[in-house]
Amino acid sequence: MNGAGLLVSTLDYLAWSPPGWGATLAVALGKSILIAIGAFGLGLLIGVAGAYGKLYGRPVTRDLLGIYTTIVRAVPELVLILILYFAVTSSLNNLLLAWGFERVQISGFAAGIAVLGVVQGAYATEILRGAILSVPPGQIEAARAMGMPPLMLAWRVTFPQMLAAAIPGLANLWLIATKDTALLAVVGYAELTLVTRQAASTTKAFFTFFMAAGLLYLVISILSTLIFARIEAWARRGQVRRAGT
Amino acid sequence: MADTATGKPEAIRVDELHKSFGAHHVLKGVSLTAREGDVVAIIGGSGSGKSTMLRCINFLETPSSGQITIAGEPVEMRADGTPANRKQIERIRQSLGMVFQSFNLWTHRTVLENLIEVPVHVLKTPKDEAIARARKLLARVGLAEKEGAYPAFMSGGQQQRAAIARALCMEPKAMLFDEPTSALDPELVGEVLQVIRGLADEGRTMILVTHEMKFAREVASHVIYLHNGLIEEQGPPDQLFGAPKSDRLKQFLKSVA
Repeated sequence: MNGAGLLVSTLDYLAWSPPGWGATLAVALGKSILIAIGAFGLGLLIGVAGAYGKLYGRPVTRDLLGIYTTIVRAVPELVLILILYFAVTSSLNNLLLAWGFERVQISGFAAGIAVLGVVQGAYATEILRGAILSVPPGQIEAARAMGMPPLMLAWRVTFPQMLAAAIPGLANLWLIATKDTALLAVVGYAELTLVTRQAASTTKAFFTFFMAAGLLYLVISILSTLIFARIEAWARRGQVRRAGT
Repeated sequence: MADTATGKPEAIRVDELHKSFGAHHVLKGVSLTAREGDVVAIIGGSGSGKSTMLRCINFLETPSSGQITIAGEPVEMRADGTPANRKQIERIRQSLGMVFQSFNLWTHRTVLENLIEVPVHVLKTPKDEAIARARKLLARVGLAEKEGAYPAFMSGGQQQRAAIARALCMEPKAMLFDEPTSALDPELVGEVLQVIRGLADEGRTMILVTHEMKFAREVASHVIYLHNGLIEEQGPPDQLFGAPKSDRLKQFLKSVA
């Protein structure tokens, strides 16, 4: 049997219901996307706080945030995941047992969002810090001069103004989030990559399944790019188009 | 100040204002009083501290020492000059319409949205009321057709007129102009000055930092010449421009003529 024939014969494995793995892959894809959304959202929250802390915080706050972004951006995500999932949970449990509490089992889902969120937060901090600095001071000054309270000013002037500068970086970060979910395979969380590997090794149709997973990741990234392009166009409303944009 | 003591209530009063940026002492004790309906023009060379003085009035710069009194209400300040009461500062800023050299319209909002932003969201004016007021003001500054335009697509003169309308939309008690025509191409200066003149003619209280000497002479009720952070000379425009006493002012007027 030639290669093409082999591929076609194994496409049946992708059928929706068993013995096809379609539904299983779809569930795994859903989990991957949910983790990516959770991590990206958590990362944005950390990023906003981190950016404001780095820009306007006290020296201690700035130093702590500097250590955070330096370490997280220096250590491979895989190592961070292993640290949080194994090292942190085991020390947490030792502590809990020592204090007379029950041991807790951290779910792969929660751990995934936490770890990737912390990683995303470090990058988002830097992206948003740069974006906030790109807002012309006069825009903020005009709002201050009209008596706008600080929180409203951040939300209604600084945030929309920095969005245009932040979107390209944040779009990258989101794409990284979707693909970093694959790292959670190492802690046994049934996201798309782990499930693909299981399906492939069960059926021996490695090529078919990894191609299928690759296509799914590609679809996510294409859709995301389209969505971010629309958000960026909206964020840039009112800006004069410059060459190349 | 004796020459404006017409018995009208004081709108803005500055007493012994000092301001330093680090070791650089920019304002060395300046005072001014603007009564209701006064148009006070502040002139002076670059680095004389005139913009800093204006910006201290609404605390965009924090004075190093001195006292600012707005409509009889002294601004609460800490020992280092920072405002002690944020709510008070916000309220006072809402009563002072500020116009900047670089317009500073919000680029992500249309002209109309710029005008109603603070009235609707901060002053809680009903939206339709704010829009009606904004449209009236835009018509007044000749921008009725531009309400849906984004600022970046308008000329500097149009942007500055929109910025003036934005300040007016707050229904301020007084207006502060910080070199409103300095960033404009010469042919666009006239249209902005015309709007400002209209405001002066209707008796609005204004403090105007400007390089337009002819304009200052025409609209101001009182002129202050600032040099090196001190008031070198002040008085009615005809006296200051017509018969300057100090050598520095004579020299300055010659250099800008």
